[in-house]
Amino acid sequence: MDLSVRIGSLTLKNPLIAASGCFGYGVEYADLIDLSLLGGIAVKGLFLTEREGHPAPRIVETPAGMVNAIGLQGIGVHRFVNEKLPELRARNATVIVNVCGTTIEEYAEVSRILSDHEGVHAIELNISCPNIKEGGIQFGCSLSGTHDVVSAVRKVTRLPLIPKLTPNVTSPASFAKEAEDAGADAVSLVNTFLAMVIDVETRTPKISNGMGGLSGPAIRPIAVRMVHECRNAVKIPVIGMGGITDARDVLEFMIAGATAVQVGTANFVDPFIWQKMLDGLDDYGQRHHIARIADLIGSLHTGSKAAHT
Amino acid sequence: MPSDVAADVIANIPLSNDYNVLQLAAPAIAAAATPGQFVMVKVATGHDPLLRRPFSVFEVLRDRAGRHIGISILNKRIGVSTRLVYSAREGQRVSCLGPLGRPFSLVEPPTEAWMVAGGVGLAPFLALTETLAARGVPTTLFYGARRASELFYLDTFRQLGARLVLTTEDGSAGEAGRIIAPLERELAAATNRRVALYACGPEGMLAATARVAERFARPCQVSVERTMGCGMGGCYSCVVPMKNEQGTAHHVRSCIAGPVLDADRIVWD
Repeated sequence: MDLSVRIGSLTLKNPLIAASGCFGYGVEYADLIDLSLLGGIAVKGLFLTEREGHPAPRIVETPAGMVNAIGLQGIGVHRFVNEKLPELRARNATVIVNVCGTTIEEYAEVSRILSDHEGVHAIELNISCPNIKEGGIQFGCSLSGTHDVVSAVRKVTRLPLIPKLTPNVTSPASFAKEAEDAGADAVSLVNTFLAMVIDVETRTPKISNGMGGLSGPAIRPIAVRMVHECRNAVKIPVIGMGGITDARDVLEFMIAGATAVQVGTANFVDPFIWQKMLDGLDDYGQRHHIARIADLIGSLHTGSKAAHT
Repeated sequence: MPSDVAADVIANIPLSNDYNVLQLAAPAIAAAATPGQFVMVKVATGHDPLLRRPFSVFEVLRDRAGRHIGISILNKRIGVSTRLVYSAREGQRVSCLGPLGRPFSLVEPPTEAWMVAGGVGLAPFLALTETLAARGVPTTLFYGARRASELFYLDTFRQLGARLVLTTEDGSAGEAGRIIAPLERELAAATNRRVALYACGPEGMLAATARVAERFARPCQVSVERTMGCGMGGCYSCVVPMKNEQGTAHHVRSCIAGPVLDADRIVWD
């Protein structure tokens, strides 16, 4: 089966992307797996400068999932392009850089810097991190904020621009539409669901930040629904994520309308998951006589005429 | 290079109502592991619990011909995942990824190695003692637990030539109280000896060991335990605040910069 998919001007060799915040800067896995095996790698979110993030404990396990509040610890865009990007290029990785900002100007500046460097294939705009006080989700929870960030970054880069949307709003689809109108090439969703876990013995939150973001298989059905709604609301590609653990989950998102998917938490459990998923997709293609995986995108049978063909 | 092994449980040895040793058939990991390294283990096959848990390599297991057959882990039943490790059955298949992380730096004779263990913090020291003994390094194990019935593998350490200094919180074996007291006393008396410290256990014990090491100007490596998501450097969950060369504190990932860290670089609370 031809596994390639297109995100704007970018062709991915397969629809599997490592989700930002779940795969370090990619280089951490370079000795373990072939990074060029992946359709793309969304590296950890970058601001202009380094950030320390929250103190440990930063994660807690929950039923079929986990809650995290890392706090966007990161090395900043300058160190990234100097210290990490050369190795990613040498390994033939398709690099999607997750861009953060506390102001619109910061999003634009980080994106401009990245656009000047060979080896960056797309920009994912993090307007949905639930774990930092300023920026991020503030923009992603307001239609005008989403519009302003996307249009400001659109002016400084020709790279495919992918705002990453939060599920912590009533209608992610309206945000997808707003992003499309502002010039986005695709949207990715869902980021994590704002959540909380309490230790009843001590009556304290189980992570240092108090609240955090829920990910993992527990959120998958909600994420599939939101991806499907976004697919019906916009013409640009939708990149789906939320609790994907195997090829069947990838297919579920693609049938719901995702052009590509991101895998996060499952990579923590099994860093060798990528080849297993690719094998699973190939097996499905053979069993269902599908020549191109792109033919599956949005192929859900609803009993009525689909919104997209 | 770590590998992911679907390891059969060779044996599950109960030590008490809370502690057990799980032997896993993982020759590739056994052959590659060095003292202080860890493995990421998942007993459950489904999504609940979802994540792996980190365990120090307790023993490297060999057959009669000396060939590597696997490793063991020392487990204390605390939460959902450690309960599954406690109740794993012989022949059950367990996911085991490793070896991972930065191991202990080894000293050479005439330097002595003094290991400081609290509770399940004994875990990395059997493999370390074995390796150090083979190099002719004199070893002492300072080992504290709540009660006598929670002091494990004492004869094994003795057979490897380790001198034992024991404390229990209830006084049922060794000296009553915490392990720091005899450690401090012996360091004060060891002014003419070259001693390197190794510590693993509760955070308070590690911080106290680091303070004592600093006071007596002894090098000290600690094996830290943090909640880990992946063990590979991917998730940034397991950070420890560490001072760099300039003295500025930064969060470092204990899975790849550690779990063995230099005590004098850690910012203790």
